[in-house]
Amino acid sequence: MQEEYTLQMENIEKEYFGNRVLKGVNISVKPGEIHALLGENGAGKSTLMNILFGMPVIHSTGGFGGEVSICGEKINIQSPKEAMEKGIGMVHQEFMLIPGFTLTENIKLNRERLKGNIISRLFKKDSHKFLDYKEMNRDSRRSLDMLGIGIEEWVTVAGLPVGYMQFIEIAREIDKSNIKILVFDEPTAVLAESEANNLLKAMKKLAKTGIAILFITHRLDEVMYAADNVTILRDGELVATRKKEDTNVLELAELMVGRKVEVSNKAEEESRKHKEVMLSIKGLKVNMPGEEVKGIDLDIRNGEIIGIGGLAGQGKIGIANGLMGLYETTGEIILRGEKLKLNDTKESLTKGLAFVSEDRRGVGLLLESSIEHNVTITALQIKGKFLNRYGIFNQIDSKKIREHSLKMIEDLDIRCTDPQQLTKRLSGGNQQKVCIARALTLQPDVLLVSEPTRGIDIGAKKLVLDLLVQLNKELGMTIIMTSSELAELRSICDRIAIITEGRVEGILRPGDSDRDFGLMMAGEYHKIHGKEAI
Amino acid sequence: MTESIKEFTSKFGLPRLIITGFFILICIISVFVGLPFDSMLSDIIRRFGMYGILVLAMVPAIQSGIGPNFALPLGILCGLLGGMISMELGFVDAMGFWSAIIISLPFAIITGWLYGLMLNKIKGSEMLVATYMGFSAVAFMCIMWILLPFKHPEMVWPIGRGLRVTVSLDSTYAQILNKFWAFEIGGVNIPTGLLLFFLGSCLVVWLFTRSKIGIAMKAAGDNPKFAVASGINVDRCRIIGTTLSTILGALGIIVYAQSFGFFQLYMAPQFMAFGAVAAILIGGASAKRAKISHVILGVFLFQGMLTVALPVANELIKEGSLSEVLRFIVQNGIILYALTQVGGGE
Repeated sequence: MQEEYTLQMENIEKEYFGNRVLKGVNISVKPGEIHALLGENGAGKSTLMNILFGMPVIHSTGGFGGEVSICGEKINIQSPKEAMEKGIGMVHQEFMLIPGFTLTENIKLNRERLKGNIISRLFKKDSHKFLDYKEMNRDSRRSLDMLGIGIEEWVTVAGLPVGYMQFIEIAREIDKSNIKILVFDEPTAVLAESEANNLLKAMKKLAKTGIAILFITHRLDEVMYAADNVTILRDGELVATRKKEDTNVLELAELMVGRKVEVSNKAEEESRKHKEVMLSIKGLKVNMPGEEVKGIDLDIRNGEIIGIGGLAGQGKIGIANGLMGLYETTGEIILRGEKLKLNDTKESLTKGLAFVSEDRRGVGLLLESSIEHNVTITALQIKGKFLNRYGIFNQIDSKKIREHSLKMIEDLDIRCTDPQQLTKRLSGGNQQKVCIARALTLQPDVLLVSEPTRGIDIGAKKLVLDLLVQLNKELGMTIIMTSSELAELRSICDRIAIITEGRVEGILRPGDSDRDFGLMMAGEYHKIHGKEAI
Repeated sequence: MTESIKEFTSKFGLPRLIITGFFILICIISVFVGLPFDSMLSDIIRRFGMYGILVLAMVPAIQSGIGPNFALPLGILCGLLGGMISMELGFVDAMGFWSAIIISLPFAIITGWLYGLMLNKIKGSEMLVATYMGFSAVAFMCIMWILLPFKHPEMVWPIGRGLRVTVSLDSTYAQILNKFWAFEIGGVNIPTGLLLFFLGSCLVVWLFTRSKIGIAMKAAGDNPKFAVASGINVDRCRIIGTTLSTILGALGIIVYAQSFGFFQLYMAPQFMAFGAVAAILIGGASAKRAKISHVILGVFLFQGMLTVALPVANELIKEGSLSEVLRFIVQNGIILYALTQVGGGE
């Protein structure tokens, strides 16, 4: 164990319920080094950081394997509090600041400087002391100056631009006297470009003072600009550690995505190319919190499977939700040459769209209801199917519902005891099939499927994907599939649109290189290839 | 063995099990202390029909997602108003009964609709708001009962102004349903009309839940996000549920009053919602799920227990009104238990 490393994590392994999410990861950071940690969603970055911070989620799920040492000293961190005492600081992605407090108060929260008064001397208790604002302001000033922030320390946080909040978080961390290592968790995700640049400069400045910095990001150019070393994780495995000088953006992109892809036979691809446009999206903006769409133009042809990929939080999920009118939407959606009324779910459903939500248990199912009820309810409400009419009164037609559900259960191979079974008793894969069955009951022209394989086991994943392909081939159904799993998109889609920062970064074929996918996901494609490359 | 017991308990519900056990226990005791069984059974059946519709009013409310309707007094007040107006207009017998219902309907619909609009603005704290809504409405109507220009000599105080605290129905339509096709079997009096009316109301509500709008309402209550994604107007469904509940409340009090023989004004409706909520919860409903079967079983168990407990308690302990205390403990205990179950894990 050498003294020269501030942080060493060796052979880190972690299992969540038999699912290995980290498989022997090594990482070491020297004082004053900026070390970038790169990887897709689910690559294991967050888990690694949770281990470093001793988050309860790690210990409540059986701890981890491997060793963590700080400044050569082996440690076993049990709680975030302990991590802080050991000199590990974290700058969070979401700001953990109290809006009504001043900068100083936020920076010094729970570490206030105190000064004595009569009562405190009388009772000899710290809790009766006054706050020493003068000292506290001076400390805060020092931290803020170090970051090159010009705002006064007595301003309240509320109303400050987002860019500044990040800096206040950093100021809070570096104000801690024992800080040795600082973790930045995607700090630039919410910042504008100029703010991001400021932040990176501040990071470099900090590193010069001898603090080791661990920098988690998706953005490759930031890595190249700021980091000294880069570690790339993929599916919980350490793929490579590179010095900045020895690598370039293209290589990083390839390393980040790289996986073997079975490129399925796309012989019909050519014939599809000339088919008419089914759905045309123009300037679509969707105000979905955390997945904002900021202006998308996309043409979807009749009978194709189009994939929508990209990293989490970039807006890919927002597209399908916007098309269905579930979140506030502006722009233009043209379905079969007809303009679609926006923000009206009923209209979208009536006009032939059907949606399998990414939030299966929250939006996709009535968990307390039977399979047959789940399968038929949307068609019943939208198309008035499965109803017996008696003048102005109507009653559900249980017989038809049963017939249809049994057919769906057989067609989609839903494993259940009977159509009356409650959907909450089904496994994830079967629940997903119920969601798809519900969408199919609407007999849609366009099927929107979001994250169809999230949270279901591998066997069921394949079944669900095969089902989508089968629907596409046999019924000629146009499918828009949104997924975080690139491999999945590449295995069944005709085209894949990659969304970055709420816009289409580019459209790729499944067979295109890993490098292109990596670059697009990181939002670097344009910078390298120029606009005309699309 | 213990497994199967556990399964049975979770399926049947612990409170329901305790209440059933308690009910059977006091039934046995009642025989031992020598209480007349036939008259007690008549009483249970009569109260079953009498309270039934008020409990039924909880079903659309719970199904549409606003939870147990603690603002049932709103509906009750509309029913009372309808009853008062019908009496003032001089309707008697069947005409009086039906006109009371018909007159109360517009009031109930408008009140329910407005109240539904309000509930849509305070999603998440319906139960608390509903409780105080009910209290305030009762207090407001206390003033109205005095100020409204009713003249009928059987309703107003002989001296001074305002309506009496209890308005007798003897000269109009007291017992009209109870006596309809009533018969006696082994000393037990069966109020056929009352039971038919209650079961008929249940049937209507059941048919409604199987209609397109009823299914939409249930989905909106079960999972609002799901409902929105299926193109269902959740707010509208909640308003429909609230309105329906208010209408049933109005209907319920008129049926209650004809069996009781009196309209009770002023503070009487204040706590009526609690008994109804407790009954449906004992029947197996939760704050999020309710079925007609919960109503029937719940009202039978709850009212049955109260009917038997009263004389039994008076036999066992002579002093004080123990049965009233018992009713409060059971009623509020059950509500408390059900509320702790709300929002629990799966």
